[in-house]
Amino acid sequence: MKLVTAVIKPHKWEDVREALETFGVAGMTVSEVSGYGRQKGHTEVYRGAEYDIALVPKIRIEIVVDDADSDDVVGIIVKTAQTGRIGDGKVWVSPVDTVVRVRTGEQDASAL
Amino acid sequence: MDGYYAFMLVATAFVLMMTVPALALFYGGMSRSKSVLNMMMMSYVAAAIVGILYVAVGWSMGFGGDGTFFANPFELLWLDGVSTGDYIFVMFQMTFAIITAALISGAVADRMKFSAWVLFVPLWAVIVYFPMAHMVFSCTDDSLICGRIGAQDYAGGTAVHINAGVAALVLVLLLGKRIGWPREQMRPHNLTLTMLGAGLLWMGWYGFNVGSIVFGDDPETQFPLETGRTFATTTLATMAAILGWLAVERLIHKKATSLGAASGIVAGLVAITPATGAVNLSGAVAIGAIAGAVCAWAVGLKYKLGYDDSLDVVGVHLVGGIIGTVLIGVFSTSEGAGGVDGLIYGGGFGSLGDQALGVVVAVIYSGLLTAVIALAIKYTIGLRLDEEDEVNGIDLVAHGESAYDLHSGTSGGSSSVLAAATAPAPTKTEGASA
Repeated sequence: MKLVTAVIKPHKWEDVREALETFGVAGMTVSEVSGYGRQKGHTEVYRGAEYDIALVPKIRIEIVVDDADSDDVVGIIVKTAQTGRIGDGKVWVSPVDTVVRVRTGEQDASAL
Repeated sequence: MDGYYAFMLVATAFVLMMTVPALALFYGGMSRSKSVLNMMMMSYVAAAIVGILYVAVGWSMGFGGDGTFFANPFELLWLDGVSTGDYIFVMFQMTFAIITAALISGAVADRMKFSAWVLFVPLWAVIVYFPMAHMVFSCTDDSLICGRIGAQDYAGGTAVHINAGVAALVLVLLLGKRIGWPREQMRPHNLTLTMLGAGLLWMGWYGFNVGSIVFGDDPETQFPLETGRTFATTTLATMAAILGWLAVERLIHKKATSLGAASGIVAGLVAITPATGAVNLSGAVAIGAIAGAVCAWAVGLKYKLGYDDSLDVVGVHLVGGIIGTVLIGVFSTSEGAGGVDGLIYGGGFGSLGDQALGVVVAVIYSGLLTAVIALAIKYTIGLRLDEEDEVNGIDLVAHGESAYDLHSGTSGGSSSVLAAATAPAPTKTEGASA
C-alpha cells in the first residue's frame, strides 16, 4: 500500500475530490494547511507599509491506496489540480506497512 | 428652542457612540488578534473614568468661569448649582472629553500596561484635556486659545485632535517600540471591524460637529443657516478625503485599499472639525482632499523616524488636526461662523497667524504636560508590559480573555472532543462552597 499526499491550491480541491471519487477512491483525509514553495507568498499593503506574507493557504489531501492504484491516483491529482502557474503544489508517495479498520479490525487491502 | 434641545439629546448620544463602539471597532480591527480586546477596553474604560470625572470637576474647569488655562474646579463641583435643564450641555461636552482620551489609545497598542492606562486617563483628563477645553471652547476674554489668541476652532481641531495626537506621540516615545517592530508583521487582524467603525464614526461626527453650534443674538435664524453649513461641510470634506487618500495610495503603492478608505474618512472628519462652521462647500472639499492626501503620506513617517505610533494617531489626528486648524486661515469666509475672511478671500495673513499660534500653544501645552504625567507613571507603577506578557498577548495577560475561539466546533477542523480539552476546570469557589 501507498500513502499519497498532495498539497494543492484550495480552489482546486473540489475538482480533485470529484475526480478521485469517480475513479473509485473511497475516502481521504483533508486538512487546511499553509506553507510556501518557490512562489514565496505575496505582498500586502496597509497604510503604505508593505508586508511580505510568507505563508500561502493550501489544501493537503492524504489517501492510502493499493500499490496498483498509486500511479493512477497521482496522475488524476496532477491532471486535475494543475493550472500551469507557479504554486500548483506537490504530490508525493510513501510506502505504508499496515492499515487497520478501527470498526472491524480488518487489515490492509480489505481495510481500504 | 425645543427643537434645539431635542437635537442636543440626539447629538450627545451620537458623540458617545463615536467612542463606544465606533472608535473601539475602528482601532480594534487594526490591532492584532491577541490584543483586540485590550484595544477596545481602553476606549470603554476611558468612557467610564473620564465621564464621571467630567461631572465631578471637568465641567467646572471648562465652563465654570474665567481663567487663562482653566476655570475654578470647585465653582461647579459635581454640578453644584447647575440646573438639570443645562445637564445636556454638560453631557455633550463630557462625550468630547471621553473620545479625546480614548483616541490616544491607538498609539500604545499591545504594550501599555492596563493599570498604567487606567491611571493615565484620569490624570490626563484633569491636567490636559479639561484645561484645553476651557482654552478653546469656553470663549471668555481671557481663555488662552479662543479669547486671547482668537484662533477659531468650531468643534475641536486643537482641543481634541491635536491634543490627542501630541499626547499619543509623547506616550509612544516614552513607551518605546513594540517587540519586533517594524521587522515583524503586525498587520490589521480584521478590517471589516475597522470599516464598520469608520462608518459609525462618520455618522457620530454629525453630533460632534453640528452639535457644536454656539448661538449669537438671533438663534432662530442662525440655527438652520449654521447647522446646514456644518452638516454639509462635514459631509463633503469626508468624501473628498476618502478620494484624496485613495489617490495617493494608488499612485505610491499601486493599490486603493479598504483601510485607506476608512482612514480617509477619519482624516477628513478630523480636518473639517475645526473648520466646519468657517468654510463653504468648496473650502470643505479642499480641506478634505488635502487632509486625505497628506495624512496618507504622513502615516509613513513613523517608519522613517522610528516611533511606533501603532495605529497612526499622530499621522491622522495630529497631522489632520493641524491641517484643518491652519487652513481655516486660508479658506474661511466672512459668511461663516467666525465672520472672518481667510487668505484666498482677501482676508490677509492675520487669521492664518492666529490659527498657527493656536496650534503651537496646543502642541506645547499638551506635549509638556503629557510628558510630565507619563514620566510620573513610568517611574512609579511603570508604563510597559513585561516582555513575556507582551509576546503572549495583553488580552490574555491583562483581561484573562481571548477575542476569538477559532478551533472548537468547526467542521473539518478540530473536533469538539479536542475543544473539550480547553473546558474550564472546576473553580476554587465551587470547592470552597461545597
